[in-house]
Amino acid sequence: MTFRRIKPIVVKEFRQVRRDWVSLMLLILLPAFLMLMVGKALNFDVKSVRLAVFDQDKSSQSRAFIRAFTNSGYFTIAADVTSYRDIETSIESGRALAALVIPADFAKRLDRGEDAPVQVLMDGSNNNTATTALGYMNTIIQTYSANLRAEFMTRRGQRFDPPIELRPKVWYNPNLSSTKFLVPGFIGFILMMSSVISTALSIVREKESGTMEQLAVSPLGTAEIVIGKTLPYFIISLVSSAFVLGIAFVFFDLAVRGAIVWLYLGIVVFLFAALGQGLLISAIAEKQQIAFMMAVLSSILPTFLLSGLVFPIRSMPWLLQILSNVTPVKFFLIIIRGVMLKGVGPDVFWRELLYMLLFAAVTLALAAHIMLRKRRAA
Amino acid sequence: MNTVLLIVMKELRQIFRDKRLRFMAIAAPVIQLTVLGYAAVTDVKHVPLVVCDYDRTSISRGLADRFLNSGYFELAGTVDTADGVDEYIEHGRAALALVIPADFSADVLGRHTAQLQVLADGTDGNSANIALAYASMIVNSYSQYLLQDMLDKNPQADLPPRIAPEIRVWHNASLQSRNYMVPGVLAFVLMLITMSMTSMAIVREREIGTMEQLLVTPIRPWQLLFGKLIPYVFIGMIDVTLVLLVAVFWFNVPLRGSVGLLYLCSGLFVLTMLGLGLFVSTVARTQQQALMIAQFAFFIPFMYFSGFVFPIENMPVVIQKITYLVPLRYFMEIIRGIFLKGVGMDVLWPQMLALVAIGVSVFSLAVLRFRRTIE
Repeated sequence: MTFRRIKPIVVKEFRQVRRDWVSLMLLILLPAFLMLMVGKALNFDVKSVRLAVFDQDKSSQSRAFIRAFTNSGYFTIAADVTSYRDIETSIESGRALAALVIPADFAKRLDRGEDAPVQVLMDGSNNNTATTALGYMNTIIQTYSANLRAEFMTRRGQRFDPPIELRPKVWYNPNLSSTKFLVPGFIGFILMMSSVISTALSIVREKESGTMEQLAVSPLGTAEIVIGKTLPYFIISLVSSAFVLGIAFVFFDLAVRGAIVWLYLGIVVFLFAALGQGLLISAIAEKQQIAFMMAVLSSILPTFLLSGLVFPIRSMPWLLQILSNVTPVKFFLIIIRGVMLKGVGPDVFWRELLYMLLFAAVTLALAAHIMLRKRRAA
Repeated sequence: MNTVLLIVMKELRQIFRDKRLRFMAIAAPVIQLTVLGYAAVTDVKHVPLVVCDYDRTSISRGLADRFLNSGYFELAGTVDTADGVDEYIEHGRAALALVIPADFSADVLGRHTAQLQVLADGTDGNSANIALAYASMIVNSYSQYLLQDMLDKNPQADLPPRIAPEIRVWHNASLQSRNYMVPGVLAFVLMLITMSMTSMAIVREREIGTMEQLLVTPIRPWQLLFGKLIPYVFIGMIDVTLVLLVAVFWFNVPLRGSVGLLYLCSGLFVLTMLGLGLFVSTVARTQQQALMIAQFAFFIPFMYFSGFVFPIENMPVVIQKITYLVPLRYFMEIIRGIFLKGVGMDVLWPQMLALVAIGVSVFSLAVLRFRRTIE
């Protein structure tokens, strides 16, 4: 097996891809475009919570309290409401996400030195946004409350120190932007899509149009045909990965904190695993339609849902946590986020590398086994 | 009409004869929703916590216990030094670290504010944010408890007033992501199945050459089109029923609104998806292209820009405007509205109208293209 023997297939495959410009565009430009859109558009950051305010007190105290919300930058007043019924309609129609109700005796109670209750109503439909928004509201109320207490005590010539003060410190991504988390993940997603689907389809296409038989009667071995057919997609995927990394750097200011060598080591090993999966599909499927369905079901959905791309694996039921190991993207994401955000090297993620190699070995061996058996049977 | 019926029968027979297509049409949506319903959770639970307690008193242990008993955190390990903390976070073995300084209890008892350090791995900004909110809630309540405790021991002191928030959560009181995500997954699965099946329907015939055969018969183009689509409407509605049953009876997602309205809207959505699938199959020359176009031009963008997972209100204004073109967006709003809020047509009519508008335009476009391709 030498490159000279494989070369004609590689050249032919490249020519075919080039002639089919739709596919080529889908493989190179679309990932880059999607990357751009996704990086710009997607985040879980909860920045301006639409707040409905029902101020029954209308005192300077209650107004100051409301200002604490608007000044925080996290809240915008969506509606000044005058009844509980209004609150209901504004939350139901989605005009407001949360409501703040201040009772009529708010200022009076505080002046008398009594605790003043306020009511917070939250639309919990999206639990994620709701939890974050509740966190903000809690913090604002606590801080405001602590200041009030200190003031109250000073007026009496006493001191008030809250027992504990929390000093949070965030590593790797201090302003907690979700873009920094999602963009590296999306690189894994794109690579998975383009490599699994294109390899799976390129071989099944030949099978379906009957040209696989022609290749099969040629003096080339199965391994040579397969390598010849996957090599172009391997190269295209590498090019595409360089593209998206460039976009991440230029548009999202996401520099690779660690060594780029380790990143590419991760990418190459990951591509082996993804190509292995694509080849396995092409060995099983006889029709493009089926191959595509299998590729979608075994790559898009697990990548989106089981890899930790957006949904934390830790929060899943244990059975799914085990099942999440079926996708090599899970391991790739640990590596790419590690290198890009934390700047770590293989001493931290060697297990993930090994796992992907194992995944590649198993899928390739299985694919070869099935192909050889089918070839012999034919 | 008889001709249409014949094509419908032929198409249905073809779909149900093929074992794999049968699986795709009936079993796949159920399996997908079941698995995805479990996977698509955004709850932040079991946050691995590493504790570094330099103080080692009952007060510092009391604080650590509050973290571990809160149900949000899980002990990943205890370490003696800050270096140990670094190692845990760097290897991803802990997402949050609690560092209690040596003079912690002395400060608390001496009525100085004690400083408590919490380190978070910010890689996943969203989860870190939520974990920090939990931490702040726990610390505040412990702080309040300590204060109360001190006052109980010293009853002459004044307790200054505070603002006590009473929090009530509507629509999803337990803040479970499942109630929000399962209806979303349902919509997504429905799109995936209906669109990929139709987008193949016409290209396949063209690719294997049977389209020409059909065209030389006296069948009119519209009869052919209807004949090819009606089976998928039928399958789409079976799928709606199946996935609804899974959502309600398996995942126990509360269905607060009207089932009739849900079916009506699902019907509108399925028709729109069929229109899109048809459009794809008139654009693509091969099945491969059809699926690639369906995937890259529709599935992936829809997945990201429909509000399925990522809130639309967080997107830049330009992209927010683009999301108005995404039919899945309206169906997401409808299905979540009906499921969680129990709202009716009085609230949802704009979304329904949008679905109809998109459906009609996509269908007209597809039919025009279809007529052109066969002429």
